[in-house]
Amino acid sequence: MSTTTPEIVFAGTEGGALTELADYEAVGGLSALRRALGMTPDEIIAELNASNLRGRGGAFFPTGRKWSFVPKPDQVPKPHYLVVNADESEPGTFKDREIMLRVPLRFLEGCLIAARAIESTHVFVYIRGEYEREYEILVAALEQLRKGKHLGGTTIVVHRGAGAYICGEETALLESLEGKRGQPRTKPPFPAIAGLYASPTAVNNVESITTVPPIIEMGGAEYAKVGPESSTGTRVFSLSGNVVRPGNYELPHGYPLRDLIYEVGGGIADGRSLKAVIPGGSSTAILTAAEIDGLTLDYDSLAQAGTAIGSAAVVAIDDRCCIVQLGVRISQFYEHESCGKCTPCRVGTRWTTQILKKLEAGEGSQADLDLLLDVGEKVNGTCLCPLGDTAMIAIASYVAKFREEFLAHIEEGGCPFHGTSSLEGIVAPTDVHEAHHGPAAIHRPLEVVA
Amino acid sequence: MSATFYDEVQTLRKRYPDPLSAVLPALQLAQERNGGWLSEATLREAADALDLTPAYCLSIASFYDMFHTEPVGTHLVEVCTNVSCALSGAQDVVDAFERSLGIEVGGTTEDGSVTLRTVECLGGCGWATVVAVDNRHRLHVRAGDVAGIVAELGE
Repeated sequence: MSTTTPEIVFAGTEGGALTELADYEAVGGLSALRRALGMTPDEIIAELNASNLRGRGGAFFPTGRKWSFVPKPDQVPKPHYLVVNADESEPGTFKDREIMLRVPLRFLEGCLIAARAIESTHVFVYIRGEYEREYEILVAALEQLRKGKHLGGTTIVVHRGAGAYICGEETALLESLEGKRGQPRTKPPFPAIAGLYASPTAVNNVESITTVPPIIEMGGAEYAKVGPESSTGTRVFSLSGNVVRPGNYELPHGYPLRDLIYEVGGGIADGRSLKAVIPGGSSTAILTAAEIDGLTLDYDSLAQAGTAIGSAAVVAIDDRCCIVQLGVRISQFYEHESCGKCTPCRVGTRWTTQILKKLEAGEGSQADLDLLLDVGEKVNGTCLCPLGDTAMIAIASYVAKFREEFLAHIEEGGCPFHGTSSLEGIVAPTDVHEAHHGPAAIHRPLEVVA
Repeated sequence: MSATFYDEVQTLRKRYPDPLSAVLPALQLAQERNGGWLSEATLREAADALDLTPAYCLSIASFYDMFHTEPVGTHLVEVCTNVSCALSGAQDVVDAFERSLGIEVGGTTEDGSVTLRTVECLGGCGWATVVAVDNRHRLHVRAGDVAGIVAELGE
């Protein structure tokens, strides 16, 4: 971890965890909540607006503005809900998990302040089912707050998911929380108007919520001084892949991408060289090693480079990786996680997997490559949620940035990295679910005709 | 399962403004009590407690990856093979488990003690390879660690 950077989300942890209330209070914990209790909801929102905190889940939507869209209780006299998205599942991303492990009380303090801002007394934390230990830590932290009578009249329910990437999409999450299959809803209505149980609802990411207490504590204007104007504050970057020191690093937005990999992360492991970087989770467009120079980790810089900061998950890929294999694996992931509601995504992700497998096996042609991109274009913008779109954006970027590699597979009639690729022999999940082993008529592989 | 399960589900239903929200926690409890999977009888019992049809409960169970509608071993070993883990050698870890357990991915050992699966991203990308053993995550697992994990499961 960079020693020169002030930590905001992890402040006071000194590299460890603050899971005991007394320890948390000793470093100023709960003082933001006390301050917030003396503020009106509008004053809290104004502070968030001044901070220009933008959503840390990947959409980068201004948090204060999101809260301001929630109608006042006298406008819509229904219960209001705060739902926290702790369904972190974007490949490459593991920051919310570390936040819940190390600063669970700051996170819950943020929940209480956010609930006050939208005039809600009902909070649901939807945590992915795979995070069992994190669930236990949150429940234990919540119990301490309850015993200390810090919850006021607010109830916080920690609700476990059961394994579905799509539930990270906010309307799918709400469906799942309501006891249904996690499939996205049509928008509008947006959750702010009709979210959980058709009531006004704010849905926020764990890191966004955990950043709220420090913002109330230091003031929005002060927070906004950290990082570039359009991407204020710090970010917990998840660094993974072929680096010497992978891990979560809280750094200011605007930190150089190259420095994250080579300074903070210690460079590429095993004396290899960098081939490509996925800068913001698997749903973002890939960058070649040559492209990362001069890029900074903030919204504008990465958008200008044709990609996105996404969930701030940086995956460094070394020169052993076959990009076509990477495409197969990523496509398999989206195919597996597509909820099946929208045909273009359900069928499109399946087609891209089949075409990519064919290309990887050296059995593809230029026409297959064209078809791959054509499928992508036809999925884009035709579905209720971004799952299919982002899968296609990622795959199209592999072709755009590494076209020679795709062509080499076609020309050589095989994988040029055969026997050496770091992804060789990779197996995607084999499900034992009935849904995946249903009648042959439905599940027979599609014939991809070039 | 029993009256206790029924009562526990009623408590879960009361946590939510709409009792339908208790479907996931109720099925999680049902699965845990039934040796890690949801049999038809288990789904019927859960449906009874939830005041839903068994078909509805199955529609939920079949949607989410962590519910199993076929028997699984006493222990469940799940290896993440998404990109970050794969770049770090997840495939070697999978191979080592297959050799050590004498089964293929998706299979269960003959004595019914261990089921081996590969899974999508477990959210531990910087601590690759991540292996979930009965839902507890082992981090930085290498092929060389596999024999030890398998031995532990046999104890």
